[in-house]
Amino acid sequence: MSWRLWVPLFAFALFLGLAAYQLTQPKDDFVESRMVGQELPYFELPPAMDGIQGVSNATFADGKPRLLNIWASWCLPCIAEAPHLESLKRQGAEIVGVAIRDRPEDVARFLAQHGNPYARIGRDDLSEVQLAIGSSGVPETFVVDGKGVIRYQHIGDIRENDVPILLEKLAEAGE
Amino acid sequence: MRRLILLLNAVLLCSLFGPALAQDTMPPAPYAYRQLDDPGQEAAAQDLMETLRCLKCQSQSIADSDAPMAGDMRHQVRIRIAAGESPDDIRTWLVQRYGDYVSYKPEVSSTTWPLFAIPVLLILLAGGILVGRFRRRGA
Repeated sequence: MSWRLWVPLFAFALFLGLAAYQLTQPKDDFVESRMVGQELPYFELPPAMDGIQGVSNATFADGKPRLLNIWASWCLPCIAEAPHLESLKRQGAEIVGVAIRDRPEDVARFLAQHGNPYARIGRDDLSEVQLAIGSSGVPETFVVDGKGVIRYQHIGDIRENDVPILLEKLAEAGE
Repeated sequence: MRRLILLLNAVLLCSLFGPALAQDTMPPAPYAYRQLDDPGQEAAAQDLMETLRCLKCQSQSIADSDAPMAGDMRHQVRIRIAAGESPDDIRTWLVQRYGDYVSYKPEVSSTTWPLFAIPVLLILLAGGILVGRFRRRGA
């Protein structure tokens, strides 16, 4: 019997093996922003509640690197993230928030309950800024340098071990 | 009876807290569910929306999804089309932000060409083998 007869079977087994391997791999739902390395597009958002300033792209153009945190009071992981934002703030990070599809009273209630690490919070009722910077969910955190260029994207809630990484990226953005 | 009351309480609690925390309570974007007045523009918007992927519910197009973010994306598509932007420009704008991921329209590119080429090659190969066999049998 010719060895060639085995070739199709072997190819099929290879295909099955590949498919089985892929099935065991965890699904990666993260959609990375292609805006990393690019300048923030023009935007201007009104304040998300009374007693705080709104956010525009000009906010980021004064030479100081900042964190841009996309969040919402209705987002559960944002509650888990709150203490770590607080710790980032304590360690010198300036955090600018953009509240997605949120009501001022809900924003105020959330901050009263979980603390307010934000220097400013803009109100994005139509997810316009979120779409413009390539963010696909809440929460997400972007490191923006002093010229308004996005330098890093963190997808999902910030955990304890992400805090030093974000501080490092902020420092890099400030160099 | 006591069980029934417990169950009722649980249902009540869930209805109080569940949905309120799971998603925002804001009304949908103005053009999330409202069609454009110009039927030609609406058709163009609809065609485009069917080829854009919902980022929240990744197995649906934004035309099919009721996720708030998909609604906000439909709003963007409709107001941009109404403002005279071409569907290709809007698609490019989104691909610049989310990569090919946001596209539901299969496109031949440097990474996807094998998907289109391999079936053609396999058909040619199978055809070649068949022709060879028939010829041998004929002879």
